[in-house]
Amino acid sequence: MHEMSLTEGILRVLEEQAAVHGFARVKTVWLEIGELSPVDPEALQFCFEAIRIGTLAEEAKMEIVRVPGQALCIDCGKQVHLVHRFASCPDCGGEKLQVSGGDEMRIKELEVE
Amino acid sequence: MHFGQGPAGTHVPGLSQARMVKIEQDILGYNNGFAAENRAYFAENGVLALNLVSSPGSGKTTLLCRTAVDLKSRFPVSVIEGDQQTSNDADRIRETGVPALQVNTGKGCHLDAHMVGRAVEKLGPAEDSVLFIENVGNLVCPAGFDLGEAAKVVILSVTEGEDKPIKYPDMFAAAEVMILNKVDLLPYLTFDVERSIAYARKINPQIDVLKVSATSGEGLDGWYQWIDKKRTAVLSERIAALEAKLASVRNRLASH
Repeated sequence: MHEMSLTEGILRVLEEQAAVHGFARVKTVWLEIGELSPVDPEALQFCFEAIRIGTLAEEAKMEIVRVPGQALCIDCGKQVHLVHRFASCPDCGGEKLQVSGGDEMRIKELEVE
Repeated sequence: MHFGQGPAGTHVPGLSQARMVKIEQDILGYNNGFAAENRAYFAENGVLALNLVSSPGSGKTTLLCRTAVDLKSRFPVSVIEGDQQTSNDADRIRETGVPALQVNTGKGCHLDAHMVGRAVEKLGPAEDSVLFIENVGNLVCPAGFDLGEAAKVVILSVTEGEDKPIKYPDMFAAAEVMILNKVDLLPYLTFDVERSIAYARKINPQIDVLKVSATSGEGLDGWYQWIDKKRTAVLSERIAALEAKLASVRNRLASH
């Protein structure tokens, strides 16, 4: 369950940010998770709910914004939307695609008090 | 479940202290910080670090034992072994006469950069050496965790399904080279080598492919040449960095 270590990482960032920005509670965490990133949003939500008990994020909501997968098709040279790493080019059917975006896993913003 | 030990939730309109904080941080930032430290250490000491990933049973340890025996007379080699439990693999490596350190991840499904940093401190790989990091046998989780390595090496054995690259795309996307291991068994199997390579290239058009058998020795020369190529790159960078340092000291003396 690497989602568990990722969630621990999120909590660590929240605690660091609490010290920097002087807040006591996190109400909402916005994450950006790319379609092609190696993480499952549902598993992340599940782990977050398990791990936040007794922390500054005990009542926090986790909002996940999905970022579409992007790739450059080596055959037709176009930037295309990619749903899976093994999808073919939706335009020309080309099989060689270089991922150019949508693999991010970022904490974007927090609502705190 | 709890029953309201938290704030009572009485909000007075206009008095809420809620505010927004923009942070824009990578979720893996903590790991990536340690990975950057490891990478700097490897560069400074001319250590080629390779992160070996695969499913359990692909023959990683057998390949490493054979590699250690064949290469240890050419340059120093050391190994970090990651497993949930036991020191069996490190014991096997040490029998080849190469220093090895076992890291047990306990419940963890992957090595992270912090574990590797501590292991490197203990193991102290020699300057201009090759360090193999054998990750936990798992084709999923280790894909996302940078350890500071020069490259991820994914090992797929021909006793597995040829469609592993598209079943576990993240790992094959992250790897620089795919080693097809146990090719001596191909006559007894239905594994389609070309289809497997096509799947891997679909995920990662740039991936190098090496067909080897760690048992019979077939194809190992190609693997050693690949290591040589990577080691040359690491050492060339180290030479350039040392020459730049030397030049700056010379300049300081000249302008004295």
